[in-house]
Amino acid sequence: MSERVVGSGAYDKKAPTGLRARIRALALRSEAFRGFSLLSPTLGFMILVLAIPVAILVAFSFWTQVYLDFDKTFTLSNYIAYFQKPIYNKLLWKSIRISGSVTIATVVLAYPMAYFIAFKVKKQKLVWLILITVPFWTSYLLRVFAWKIILGYNGVINSGLGSLGLIKEPLQFLLYNPAAVVITLAHAWAAFAILPIYVSLEKIDRSLLEAATDLGDGPAIRFLRVTLPLSMPGVIAASLLVFIPTVGDYVTPKLVGGTTGIMIGNVIQSMFGKANNWPMGAALSVISMLVITLLVTAFLWFTKRVRKGVA
Amino acid sequence: MSTIAMGRGAPGKRWVNGLAVYAVLYLVFIYVPVLFLPLFSFNDSIYVAFPLKGFTLAWYGKMANSPGLIAALSNSVRVGATVAVISTIFGTLAAKAVTRYRLPGRGATVGFIMLPLVIPGIIMGIALLLLANFVGVKLSLFTIGLGHMLVTVPFAMLVMISRLEGFDKNLEEASLDLGENGWTTFWRVTFPLAIPGLIASLLLTFTISFDEFILAFFLAGTDVTLPIYIWSQLRFPAKLPSVLALGACILAASFVLVTFAEWFRRRGVQVKTTSGV
Repeated sequence: MSERVVGSGAYDKKAPTGLRARIRALALRSEAFRGFSLLSPTLGFMILVLAIPVAILVAFSFWTQVYLDFDKTFTLSNYIAYFQKPIYNKLLWKSIRISGSVTIATVVLAYPMAYFIAFKVKKQKLVWLILITVPFWTSYLLRVFAWKIILGYNGVINSGLGSLGLIKEPLQFLLYNPAAVVITLAHAWAAFAILPIYVSLEKIDRSLLEAATDLGDGPAIRFLRVTLPLSMPGVIAASLLVFIPTVGDYVTPKLVGGTTGIMIGNVIQSMFGKANNWPMGAALSVISMLVITLLVTAFLWFTKRVRKGVA
Repeated sequence: MSTIAMGRGAPGKRWVNGLAVYAVLYLVFIYVPVLFLPLFSFNDSIYVAFPLKGFTLAWYGKMANSPGLIAALSNSVRVGATVAVISTIFGTLAAKAVTRYRLPGRGATVGFIMLPLVIPGIIMGIALLLLANFVGVKLSLFTIGLGHMLVTVPFAMLVMISRLEGFDKNLEEASLDLGENGWTTFWRVTFPLAIPGLIASLLLTFTISFDEFILAFFLAGTDVTLPIYIWSQLRFPAKLPSVLALGACILAASFVLVTFAEWFRRRGVQVKTTSGV
């Protein structure tokens, strides 16, 4: 390990000419080589469990199921089936609408909380951050299940209101509908929205806020012109971190969604279970991924344009 | 609320108070739904409904005597421990590589490793199921572990990056300049400084694996983990109270582990701000 210090900054700040430039190039190459050899186990593992499986997923989507086996001749029949049966397309867009509502609700509810921790809490930020984060790491299944208990026909709300004498019949509209799915997901993903927004608010240079005040902006205008635009990276990150994973969720719709709250994830899951049509499930996954990617790209492009327009 | 700085004027003060009230309500929204699980696990009734009937520990006794539960629990612990150790090693190596070396294509590489954070779990689960089927590997705890590492490696790497960025690189360089070789520098400088991050990473990745259901559902063979066991019990209304008891235990355990992990991790971040890096 004799090449240890090379390329660590101080040694090659002068203009790279002749021999020095060549040494520098060599140093960089060896630095990159050492870096990548440290990185290679992780990178190799991620290629094995992420890139290769996704490639196989795409391949499967062009095959067909023959009882328990697969016909591996290339066919577009799964994709044609997607467009012939409107139910698939309808469910995908319903899932996107539900996840979109979840994302908006989660981000809007999280923003004031993140703002509070970033600007108003002075000494015990650590405590607040831990309080916010901890429930997010605990069992997803149980957090979703808790809402089934709360919203159910004989659940917490109905039995609670009933024993208080406020209602005679249990309210039926609480559980097994898209709204129940939205509430449950907005609760389950709360921390994912707060943390990125908090980080971007925390990064804002406080002297910019003082400058805005000195130049005569009131708190509301200052927020709209300085704080909000500067925290947009956090808002965008939060939106993506909530939106993308929730589109494919099948646990929440299954537990609290009922028949009207079914999402695309439930159909994909059934293709690998009762319906036993793996290639169709693979095709639905590929289509969902493509649509999500397109929507996210459009969203990023749009927010970029808006931010440019503001600036 | 002594921690909250009050505004100067009266309207500002009212506004800050409003925000504080909102923050407390938000915490209630986050915590209360989950607390119904332990509440009803002590309720002396087979129905999960108000009014509460009376205090009992019967459901916990029933839970402890459930066949299959102990097996599922030990499976989850074994998978979680293995996943935690391996993904922390992977995460640490990768974090060291991206924080200590100038790498061409660094952003793209890190982005690729972080991809699982923004892919729906169901798609990763299916893709791995298809890989196992393609290669001819039987579904088992091993395949569940592989699936979990897909999610835990990025988290371990994130935790370790923030820890390694948090302490002064010059400490390592000083050690090297003073004649220590790379290996002793690692053991005597890097490792001790990274310990809080390592502990946080181990605890967090263990908890993620222990609680993970969406991927495990697709990748499980005959041996199941605890969340899959719970899922299979949810179908039987008569078993609901003992599932609640089990859920309460899991929540309590996760809560303690994660609080420790977050404390270690965030303490690391604070070191960063005081050392002026």
